[in-house]
Amino acid sequence: MDNLQIANRTFRSRLMVGTGKFSSHQAMLDAMEHSGCDIVTVALRRVDINNPQDSLLSHIDQDRYLLLPNTSGARTAEEAIRLARLARAAGCEPWVKLEVTPDPYYLLPDPVETLKATEVLVKEGFVVLPYMPADPVLAKRLEEAGAATVMPLGAPIGTNRGLLTRDLVAIIIEQAQVPVVVDAGLGAPSHAAEAMEMGAAAVLVNTALADTPDPAAMARAFRKGVEAGREAFCAGIGPKRQQASASSPLTGFLRNES
Amino acid sequence: MQITINGNDKQVSQHATVTDLFNLVAINPEQVVVEHNGSIISPADYDQTTLNDGDVIELIQFVGGG
Repeated sequence: MDNLQIANRTFRSRLMVGTGKFSSHQAMLDAMEHSGCDIVTVALRRVDINNPQDSLLSHIDQDRYLLLPNTSGARTAEEAIRLARLARAAGCEPWVKLEVTPDPYYLLPDPVETLKATEVLVKEGFVVLPYMPADPVLAKRLEEAGAATVMPLGAPIGTNRGLLTRDLVAIIIEQAQVPVVVDAGLGAPSHAAEAMEMGAAAVLVNTALADTPDPAAMARAFRKGVEAGREAFCAGIGPKRQQASASSPLTGFLRNES
Repeated sequence: MQITINGNDKQVSQHATVTDLFNLVAINPEQVVVEHNGSIISPADYDQTTLNDGDVIELIQFVGGG
Protein backbone atom coordinates (compact mmCIF):
# COMPACT_ATOMS: atom_id res chain seq x y z
CA MET A 1 0.00 0.00 0.00
CA ASP A 2 1.24 3.50 -0.78
CA ASN A 3 2.11 5.86 2.08
CA LEU A 4 -0.10 8.54 3.56
CA GLN A 5 1.27 12.06 3.67
CA ILE A 6 -0.17 14.61 6.11
CA ALA A 7 1.55 17.98 6.48
CA ASN A 8 5.27 17.18 6.72
CA ARG A 9 4.91 13.57 7.87
CA THR A 10 4.58 10.24 6.13
CA PHE A 11 2.65 7.30 7.53
CA ARG A 12 2.50 3.68 6.40
CA SER A 13 -0.98 3.03 7.75
CA ARG A 14 -4.17 4.63 6.50
CA LEU A 15 -6.13 3.54 9.55
CA MET A 16 -6.21 5.86 12.55
CA VAL A 17 -7.47 4.54 15.87
CA GLY A 18 -9.19 6.24 18.77
CA THR A 19 -8.34 5.17 22.32
CA GLY A 20 -11.69 5.73 24.03
CA LYS A 21 -14.15 3.25 25.50
CA PHE A 22 -11.88 0.17 25.60
CA SER A 23 -12.57 -2.21 28.47
CA SER A 24 -8.91 -2.05 29.57
CA HIS A 25 -5.60 -0.50 28.60
CA GLN A 26 -4.52 -3.91 27.35
CA ALA A 27 -7.53 -4.21 25.07
CA MET A 28 -6.71 -0.76 23.68
CA LEU A 29 -3.04 -1.64 23.14
CA ASP A 30 -3.99 -4.92 21.44
CA ALA A 31 -6.34 -3.10 19.09
CA MET A 32 -3.66 -0.53 18.27
CA GLU A 33 -1.10 -3.27 17.60
CA HIS A 34 -3.37 -5.35 15.38
CA SER A 35 -4.73 -2.37 13.47
CA GLY A 36 -1.23 -1.51 12.26
CA CYS A 37 -2.03 2.14 12.92
CA ASP A 38 0.56 4.91 13.19
CA ILE A 39 -1.74 7.60 14.60
CA VAL A 40 -3.87 7.34 17.74
CA THR A 41 -6.22 9.96 19.09
CA VAL A 42 -6.46 10.91 22.76
CA ALA A 43 -8.63 13.31 24.74
CA LEU A 44 -7.89 15.80 27.53
CA ARG A 45 -9.88 15.86 30.73
CA ARG A 46 -9.66 17.19 34.25
CA VAL A 47 -7.82 14.96 36.70
CA ASP A 48 -10.18 13.52 39.31
CA ILE A 49 -8.24 14.89 42.25
CA ASN A 50 -10.10 12.67 44.70
CA ASN A 51 -9.15 9.56 42.74
CA PRO A 52 -6.18 10.29 40.46
CA GLN A 53 -5.49 7.69 37.75
CA ASP A 54 -2.33 7.06 35.76
CA SER A 55 -2.17 9.11 32.62
CA LEU A 56 -3.01 7.22 29.46
CA LEU A 57 0.34 8.34 28.10
CA SER A 58 2.20 6.05 30.47
CA HIS A 59 0.76 3.13 28.46
CA ILE A 60 1.38 4.34 24.90
CA ASP A 61 4.76 4.09 23.14
CA GLN A 62 5.14 7.56 21.69
CA ASP A 63 8.13 6.53 19.59
CA ARG A 64 5.83 4.20 17.71
CA TYR A 65 2.54 6.12 17.60
CA LEU A 66 1.88 9.74 16.82
CA LEU A 67 -0.44 11.07 19.50
CA LEU A 68 -3.22 13.12 17.98
CA PRO A 69 -4.97 14.99 20.80
CA ASN A 70 -8.59 15.81 20.11
CA THR A 71 -10.60 18.72 21.43
CA SER A 72 -13.62 16.59 22.31
CA GLY A 73 -15.96 18.20 24.76
CA ALA A 74 -15.41 21.66 23.28
CA ARG A 75 -18.63 23.47 22.44
CA THR A 76 -17.04 26.62 21.05
CA ALA A 77 -13.94 27.61 19.10
CA GLU A 78 -12.55 29.20 22.25
CA GLU A 79 -12.84 25.97 24.25
CA ALA A 80 -11.27 23.95 21.43
CA ILE A 81 -8.34 26.37 21.15
CA ARG A 82 -7.79 26.14 24.90
CA LEU A 83 -7.67 22.32 24.73
CA ALA A 84 -5.27 22.37 21.77
CA ARG A 85 -2.90 24.68 23.65
CA LEU A 86 -3.06 22.44 26.72
CA ALA A 87 -2.21 19.40 24.61
CA ARG A 88 0.80 21.16 23.16
CA ALA A 89 1.88 22.26 26.63
CA ALA A 90 1.71 18.61 27.68
CA GLY A 91 4.56 17.93 25.30
CA CYS A 92 2.62 16.65 22.31
CA GLU A 93 3.61 17.60 18.82
CA PRO A 94 1.44 20.49 17.69
CA TRP A 95 -1.07 18.29 15.93
CA VAL A 96 -4.73 18.49 16.84
CA LYS A 97 -7.88 16.71 15.81
CA LEU A 98 -10.23 19.62 16.09
CA GLU A 99 -13.71 18.77 17.34
CA VAL A 100 -16.34 21.34 18.24
CA THR A 101 -19.61 19.60 19.06
CA PRO A 102 -22.16 21.75 20.90
CA ASP A 103 -25.03 19.30 20.45
CA PRO A 104 -24.90 16.54 23.09
CA TYR A 105 -27.28 14.16 21.34
CA TYR A 106 -25.79 13.75 17.88
CA LEU A 107 -22.37 15.30 18.60
CA LEU A 108 -22.48 16.94 15.20
CA PRO A 109 -19.60 19.31 14.48
CA ASP A 110 -20.33 23.04 14.47
CA PRO A 111 -19.13 24.32 11.09
CA VAL A 112 -18.80 27.99 12.08
CA GLU A 113 -16.86 27.37 15.29
CA THR A 114 -14.73 24.69 13.61
CA LEU A 115 -13.67 27.13 10.88
CA LYS A 116 -12.94 29.87 13.44
CA ALA A 117 -10.80 27.55 15.54
CA THR A 118 -8.96 26.24 12.48
CA GLU A 119 -7.99 29.77 11.45
CA VAL A 120 -6.60 30.56 14.91
CA LEU A 121 -4.77 27.27 15.45
CA VAL A 122 -3.15 27.26 12.01
CA LYS A 123 -1.77 30.74 12.74
CA GLU A 124 -0.37 29.39 16.01
CA GLY A 125 1.53 26.70 14.12
CA PHE A 126 -0.74 23.74 14.74
CA VAL A 127 -1.29 20.98 12.20
CA VAL A 128 -5.08 20.99 12.27
CA LEU A 129 -7.22 17.99 11.32
CA PRO A 130 -10.80 19.21 11.66
CA TYR A 131 -13.76 16.89 12.24
CA MET A 132 -16.51 18.35 10.08
CA PRO A 133 -19.97 17.84 8.65
CA ALA A 134 -19.81 16.24 5.18
CA ASP A 135 -20.18 19.64 3.49
CA PRO A 136 -18.03 20.17 0.38
CA VAL A 137 -18.15 23.97 0.68
CA LEU A 138 -16.97 23.86 4.29
CA ALA A 139 -14.21 21.43 3.28
CA LYS A 140 -12.87 24.01 0.83
CA ARG A 141 -13.11 26.78 3.42
CA LEU A 142 -11.18 24.68 5.95
CA GLU A 143 -8.57 23.85 3.34
CA GLU A 144 -8.17 27.55 2.50
CA ALA A 145 -7.78 28.26 6.22
CA GLY A 146 -4.82 25.89 6.26
CA ALA A 147 -6.28 22.62 7.56
CA ALA A 148 -3.88 19.73 6.99
CA THR A 149 -6.74 17.32 6.27
CA VAL A 150 -10.50 17.41 6.31
CA MET A 151 -12.35 14.80 8.35
CA PRO A 152 -15.97 14.50 7.23
CA LEU A 153 -18.21 12.23 9.27
CA GLY A 154 -19.68 9.05 7.85
CA ALA A 155 -22.42 9.04 10.48
CA PRO A 156 -22.74 10.48 14.00
CA ILE A 157 -19.93 9.49 16.39
CA GLY A 158 -20.21 6.00 17.82
CA THR A 159 -23.25 4.96 15.79
CA ASN A 160 -21.61 2.25 13.63
CA ARG A 161 -24.04 3.14 10.84
CA GLY A 162 -21.52 3.44 8.04
CA LEU A 163 -21.02 5.92 5.24
CA LEU A 164 -24.44 7.60 5.30
CA THR A 165 -22.83 10.71 3.80
CA ARG A 166 -21.42 8.83 0.83
CA ASP A 167 -22.44 11.19 -2.00
CA LEU A 168 -21.23 14.31 -0.20
CA VAL A 169 -17.95 12.65 0.83
CA ALA A 170 -17.45 11.76 -2.85
CA ILE A 171 -17.69 15.45 -3.77
CA ILE A 172 -15.30 16.40 -0.96
CA ILE A 173 -12.78 13.83 -2.23
CA GLU A 174 -13.18 15.04 -5.80
CA GLN A 175 -12.44 18.64 -4.85
CA ALA A 176 -9.96 18.32 -1.99
CA GLN A 177 -6.30 19.26 -2.25
CA VAL A 178 -5.62 17.84 1.22
CA PRO A 179 -6.13 14.26 2.46
CA VAL A 180 -9.75 13.38 3.22
CA VAL A 181 -10.03 11.25 6.36
CA VAL A 182 -13.46 9.76 6.98
CA ASP A 183 -14.09 9.92 10.71
CA ALA A 184 -16.99 8.80 12.84
CA GLY A 185 -19.78 6.35 12.35
CA LEU A 186 -17.89 3.60 10.51
CA GLY A 187 -18.89 0.36 12.18
CA ALA A 188 -17.70 -2.47 9.92
CA PRO A 189 -14.64 -3.14 7.77
CA SER A 190 -16.87 -2.93 4.68
CA HIS A 191 -17.67 0.69 5.62
CA ALA A 192 -13.97 1.48 5.80
CA ALA A 193 -13.32 -0.30 2.51
CA GLU A 194 -16.14 1.64 0.88
CA ALA A 195 -14.63 4.97 1.95
CA MET A 196 -11.18 3.92 0.77
CA GLU A 197 -12.47 2.63 -2.57
CA MET A 198 -13.95 6.09 -3.16
CA GLY A 199 -10.53 7.66 -2.67
CA ALA A 200 -10.52 8.65 0.97
CA ALA A 201 -6.93 9.00 2.14
CA ALA A 202 -7.59 7.34 5.49
CA VAL A 203 -10.28 6.49 8.02
CA LEU A 204 -10.48 6.85 11.78
CA VAL A 205 -12.34 4.37 13.97
CA ASN A 206 -12.80 3.97 17.68
CA THR A 207 -16.19 2.65 18.79
CA ALA A 208 -16.15 0.00 16.06
CA LEU A 209 -13.07 -1.51 17.72
CA ALA A 210 -13.68 -0.69 21.37
CA ASP A 211 -17.27 -1.82 21.55
CA THR A 212 -16.79 -5.42 20.43
CA PRO A 213 -15.94 -8.55 22.41
CA ASP A 214 -12.65 -8.93 20.50
CA PRO A 215 -11.11 -5.54 19.65
CA ALA A 216 -7.85 -7.08 18.35
CA ALA A 217 -9.69 -9.26 15.83
CA MET A 218 -11.85 -6.33 14.73
CA ALA A 219 -8.74 -4.19 14.38
CA ARG A 220 -7.22 -6.81 12.05
CA ALA A 221 -10.44 -6.88 10.05
CA PHE A 222 -10.46 -3.08 9.71
CA ARG A 223 -6.83 -3.12 8.68
CA LYS A 224 -7.68 -5.52 5.86
CA GLY A 225 -10.72 -3.48 4.89
CA VAL A 226 -8.68 -0.30 4.65
CA GLU A 227 -5.90 -1.98 2.69
CA ALA A 228 -8.36 -3.69 0.33
CA GLY A 229 -10.19 -0.45 -0.31
CA ARG A 230 -7.01 1.52 -0.91
CA GLU A 231 -5.53 -1.05 -3.26
CA ALA A 232 -8.79 -1.21 -5.20
CA PHE A 233 -8.87 2.57 -5.51
CA CYS A 234 -5.28 2.67 -6.72
CA ALA A 235 -5.89 -0.21 -9.15
CA GLY A 236 -8.90 1.59 -10.60
CA ILE A 237 -12.39 0.19 -10.18
CA GLY A 238 -14.05 -0.73 -13.47
CA PRO A 239 -16.98 1.21 -14.91
CA LYS A 240 -20.57 0.30 -14.07
CA ARG A 241 -22.81 -0.83 -16.94
CA GLN A 242 -26.52 -1.36 -17.38
CA GLN A 243 -26.30 -4.38 -19.70
CA ALA A 244 -24.29 -7.57 -19.20
CA SER A 245 -20.77 -7.72 -20.58
CA ALA A 246 -19.80 -11.38 -20.95
CA SER A 247 -16.67 -12.52 -19.20
CA SER A 248 -16.46 -15.73 -21.33
CA PRO A 249 -16.01 -15.81 -25.13
CA LEU A 250 -19.21 -15.31 -27.11
CA THR A 251 -18.14 -17.71 -29.87
CA GLY A 252 -17.45 -21.46 -30.14
CA PHE A 253 -20.60 -22.66 -28.38
CA LEU A 254 -21.51 -26.40 -28.64
CA ARG A 255 -24.13 -25.67 -31.23
CA ASN A 256 -24.11 -24.58 -34.84
CA GLU A 257 -24.18 -20.85 -35.06
CA SER A 258 -25.91 -19.26 -37.99
CA MET B 1 -6.26 30.47 52.16
CA GLN B 2 -8.66 28.81 49.77
CA ILE B 3 -8.12 27.92 46.14
CA THR B 4 -10.18 25.95 43.64
CA ILE B 5 -8.64 22.87 42.02
CA ASN B 6 -10.65 21.26 39.24
CA GLY B 7 -13.82 22.66 40.73
CA ASN B 8 -13.01 21.53 44.30
CA ASP B 9 -12.32 24.04 47.05
CA LYS B 10 -9.07 23.30 48.88
CA GLN B 11 -7.28 24.94 51.79
CA VAL B 12 -3.60 25.58 51.19
CA SER B 13 -0.96 27.38 53.24
CA GLN B 14 0.13 30.92 52.49
CA HIS B 15 2.85 31.11 49.82
CA ALA B 16 2.09 27.60 48.57
CA THR B 17 3.51 26.91 45.12
CA VAL B 18 2.25 24.75 42.26
CA THR B 19 4.78 22.14 43.34
CA ASP B 20 3.14 22.05 46.78
CA LEU B 21 -0.18 21.32 45.11
CA PHE B 22 1.12 18.11 43.58
CA ASN B 23 1.95 16.86 47.06
CA LEU B 24 -1.44 17.94 48.35
CA VAL B 25 -3.39 15.96 45.76
CA ALA B 26 -0.83 13.14 45.25
CA ILE B 27 -0.43 13.56 41.50
CA ASN B 28 2.68 12.92 39.41
CA PRO B 29 3.54 16.32 37.85
CA GLU B 30 4.89 14.63 34.72
CA GLN B 31 1.42 13.36 33.85
CA VAL B 32 -0.53 16.61 33.91
CA VAL B 33 -0.75 20.10 32.48
CA VAL B 34 -1.44 22.98 34.85
CA GLU B 35 -3.60 26.01 34.23
CA HIS B 36 -3.33 28.81 36.79
CA ASN B 37 -6.14 31.35 36.49
CA GLY B 38 -6.51 30.40 32.84
CA SER B 39 -2.82 30.54 31.92
CA ILE B 40 -0.76 27.43 31.22
CA ILE B 41 2.19 27.06 33.61
CA SER B 42 5.40 25.56 32.27
CA PRO B 43 6.88 22.77 34.45
CA ALA B 44 10.03 24.90 34.84
CA ASP B 45 7.91 27.47 36.68
CA TYR B 46 6.10 25.14 39.11
CA ASP B 47 8.50 25.97 41.97
CA GLN B 48 8.30 29.72 41.48
CA THR B 49 4.56 30.03 40.88
CA THR B 50 3.00 31.01 44.21
CA LEU B 51 -0.72 30.83 44.77
CA ASN B 52 -3.06 33.47 46.12
CA ASP B 53 -6.40 33.26 47.86
CA GLY B 54 -9.17 32.58 45.35
CA ASP B 55 -6.90 31.25 42.60
CA VAL B 56 -8.32 28.74 40.16
CA ILE B 57 -6.19 25.76 39.19
CA GLU B 58 -6.96 23.19 36.54
CA LEU B 59 -5.01 19.94 36.38
CA ILE B 60 -5.53 18.26 33.02
CA GLN B 61 -4.38 14.89 31.72
CA PHE B 62 -4.77 12.65 28.70
CA VAL B 63 -7.49 10.03 28.67
CA GLY B 64 -8.81 7.69 26.00
CA GLY B 65 -10.74 9.39 23.24
CA GLY B 66 -11.63 9.12 19.59
